[in-house]
Amino acid sequence: MNSLKKIFGGDTRQFGMIFALIALVIFFQWQTGGKTLTSGNMMNLFNGNSYILILAIGMVLVIIAGHIDLSVGSVAAFAGIVVAIAMRDWGLPWFGGILVGLLLGALIGAWQGFWVAYVGIPAFIVTLAGMLLFRGANQFVGKSNTVPVPEGFQYIGSGYLPEVGPVTGYNNLTVLLGLLLVAFVIYSELRSRKRLARVGAEVPEMWVSLVKVGLISAAILYATYLFATGRPGTSFPIPGLILGALVVIFGFISNKTIAGRHVYAVGGNRHAAELSGVQSKKVNFMVMMNMSILAALAGMIFVGRSTASGPFDGVGWELDAIAAVFIGGAAVTGGVGTVIGSIIGGLVMAVLNNGLQLLGIGADMTQIIKGLVLLVAVAFDVYNKTQGKPSITGLLTRNFGNKSKPDLPSEVRSPDSEQSISTKEVISKS
Amino acid sequence: MENHTILEMRSITKEFPGVKALSDVSITVRAGEIHAICGENGAGKSTLMKVLSGLYPYGDYSGSIIFQGSEVQFKDIRSSEAAGIVIIHQELALIPELSIAENIFLGNEPTRFGVIDWDKVNRETLELMARVGLSEHPTTKIKDIGVGKQQLVEIAKALSKSVKLLILDEPTAALNETDSQHLLDLMSGLRSKGISCIMISHKLNEIEQIADSITIIRDGKSIETLHVKEDGVDEDRIIRGMVGRSLESRFPEHTPKLGEVFFEVRDWTVGHPSVPDRLVAKGSNFSVRRGEIVGFAGLMGAGRTELARSVFGRSYGNFKSGQIFINGKEVTLKSVPQAIEAGLAYVTEDRKSLGLNLLDDIKSTTVSANLKKITRNLVVDKDEEYKIAEEYRKSLRTKTPSVNEGVAKLSGGNQQKVVLSKWMFTDPELLILDEPTRGIDVGAKFEIYGIIQRLASQGKGVIVISSELPELLGLSDRIYTIFEGAITGEIAREDASQESLMKLMTASKKAA
Repeated sequence: MNSLKKIFGGDTRQFGMIFALIALVIFFQWQTGGKTLTSGNMMNLFNGNSYILILAIGMVLVIIAGHIDLSVGSVAAFAGIVVAIAMRDWGLPWFGGILVGLLLGALIGAWQGFWVAYVGIPAFIVTLAGMLLFRGANQFVGKSNTVPVPEGFQYIGSGYLPEVGPVTGYNNLTVLLGLLLVAFVIYSELRSRKRLARVGAEVPEMWVSLVKVGLISAAILYATYLFATGRPGTSFPIPGLILGALVVIFGFISNKTIAGRHVYAVGGNRHAAELSGVQSKKVNFMVMMNMSILAALAGMIFVGRSTASGPFDGVGWELDAIAAVFIGGAAVTGGVGTVIGSIIGGLVMAVLNNGLQLLGIGADMTQIIKGLVLLVAVAFDVYNKTQGKPSITGLLTRNFGNKSKPDLPSEVRSPDSEQSISTKEVISKS
Repeated sequence: MENHTILEMRSITKEFPGVKALSDVSITVRAGEIHAICGENGAGKSTLMKVLSGLYPYGDYSGSIIFQGSEVQFKDIRSSEAAGIVIIHQELALIPELSIAENIFLGNEPTRFGVIDWDKVNRETLELMARVGLSEHPTTKIKDIGVGKQQLVEIAKALSKSVKLLILDEPTAALNETDSQHLLDLMSGLRSKGISCIMISHKLNEIEQIADSITIIRDGKSIETLHVKEDGVDEDRIIRGMVGRSLESRFPEHTPKLGEVFFEVRDWTVGHPSVPDRLVAKGSNFSVRRGEIVGFAGLMGAGRTELARSVFGRSYGNFKSGQIFINGKEVTLKSVPQAIEAGLAYVTEDRKSLGLNLLDDIKSTTVSANLKKITRNLVVDKDEEYKIAEEYRKSLRTKTPSVNEGVAKLSGGNQQKVVLSKWMFTDPELLILDEPTRGIDVGAKFEIYGIIQRLASQGKGVIVISSELPELLGLSDRIYTIFEGAITGEIAREDASQESLMKLMTASKKAA
């Protein structure tokens, strides 16, 4: 136990979520007789959930800033149909279609961001309106018909990394990707050790780093093996690649840039942020706009995968994305959450979905189980917070995201807290 | 006047973790009198009233309360109201969207067969409103009547509970002259009908006008009880009782090095953010020299914070008119980023809700107002962040195991040091410190004074807003007094005393 602590830093419970994910995978692997961890199933998992995970990336920023976006499913569907029609009727090439989709997403986002940030209407209302509005717009533009998309466009939703170079029996690009990732893990661990030494903080022992890097690398290499050895013509899926790129970009933005800091600041205490020179309206506008752009992207990937855009694309996606974010440790009140945590939350839901399907359990039971998982995960979190213990999911992602927030001590959260704050007011006011 | 006692509070002691808010406070209220409680901000007046009204339940304090001849032990507000004690808080507890009648009978609705008896509600509301001199329709919504009338609704609500002892906390703070006078008249009316009143107020002229006796509380202790008529009490006498402590040597040694005037505000007029015709700053003029510590004295609600925040990038109120000069050049500061850019820093009085993101840790709070300085190629440099936070931790002696700790875990004094370091990191020319030592223990206060003086010696201008007169007298080189949004005086430290300041702050008729 002690060595585990050393490897993962701080509390082993921080890793509850990852362990839950791993346990879930192992459980289904065992129950399905090995059908879970196969090349085909893993590819399905990524292809079938990448758009929800992309939505979760945007959603976590919206939720950190203290808002919510209910319109993402409708926005995705609207962008999908417009892009499909633009390519069919105007003869746009596939990349032109993508550009149109992203631009449309930006426009819709600017519309919603305007109402939220500058008019001051709660995002719940604005995006509830958007949900109706853009669903209707999808069916109006597409005349409630299904519109197919060309093959080039389908690549972003169902393509795989191509075969290049010598015949090795593996997909070369996938192998290269896996090796690069391992190299990056080793590099960043070395860099973090150097950094800790430079600023004079305690550097963990060498074996700790070795075990940590070893475990992560093994997991990456195993995944690489699975993706590189699928049936001919398949390899690491393109939606997974897009997702990976977005995780890196948004992880970077939320964690390392001024813009990211400002999102957390506005969500954590808007007034304090404003008095520190943060332009909260601009921040709110940007997160809402960003969400709609990502929703449009998710919509296009889905259309690419299902080869056509339809009137009921994206129904209920907002709820899946929001669930992923909350399972991933974000707070309803804003200010807390991480991109990587939300991805893990989304993966837990995805694995659950996939595993239960493989076991032949019906959609009815699947929904019941997913609902309970969401409730239990967040209840566990809330319970830990009221006990004054650190939040599991909140802390879980600290080592990954580096931006997870320290929890309030019980003094601030517990019921007495009102008293202790008002105490000070009393003393100062009377 | 009858002379028997309606209420006696004996040796009330109330402690909060680390602070003794009340120690051995006793007060006796005679039946049918208006009894004023006076004291500086922080003296313990509101705490005492919360003990009396059951907000701090029996067992939470020590001492005894004797009401109408028998000892009472209130568990909550309901039980004190049942006994006939009703408190009206400074912030009115009315629901804006409900009608006058609904508010008066909220939680106390008369029913017939389980259904609210609206006829009875409206009939009784009319009667109650007549008693307080309100002529609105009972179904008028609270949000549609002014603050003065809302105050009357509160009193009507108290009357509906057959009140015997009415407690009013700063009843006229938000009222204009006419409404205040009406309220005071109403209070004398109630007195003649045998209802006793306890009134907390900063407006000494009102107290002199209406109160029968006055209990003075200072530093959580009851100092004395004065009988207005018998003792021939006037404002000067009350002020002496309120401030009557000597200036202890609670301040580090400091020799001011004053430079030229570099910051000046002229004819600064600002409207209230939501009440159209109310001004929170009325043509204020003030200036700050390099190396100078300027004090702003004023009672709670006088408009000190409003003035400071409106200067700081118009972050409060509706700007009406006025000019700001920095180094003799006029500047326009329309937003907080512009104000920070121009070298201003504002440390808020309300650390928890306006000053800190309690979810954040020390190091990211320290750099949060000047992220640009540690950003290279879009990336916030976390090594720099850690180093800078460490430097400030050491130089301000913030007590924390590490700068990775959350700010919520720090004590008030250490939180204030983190806030100060955040603003020092923006390298400001003028620091505006709003109640910089509120809720901070004595030791940390001394350190914060030291930091303030150090900043001044570095040639920066500092404005200190404080409710504690000894603090202003000990720290400032020059003091402005503010009353109801207007600057009422400017006194050099050598000429200032608590009495002279208090007179200007309360706009006493006898002001110099």
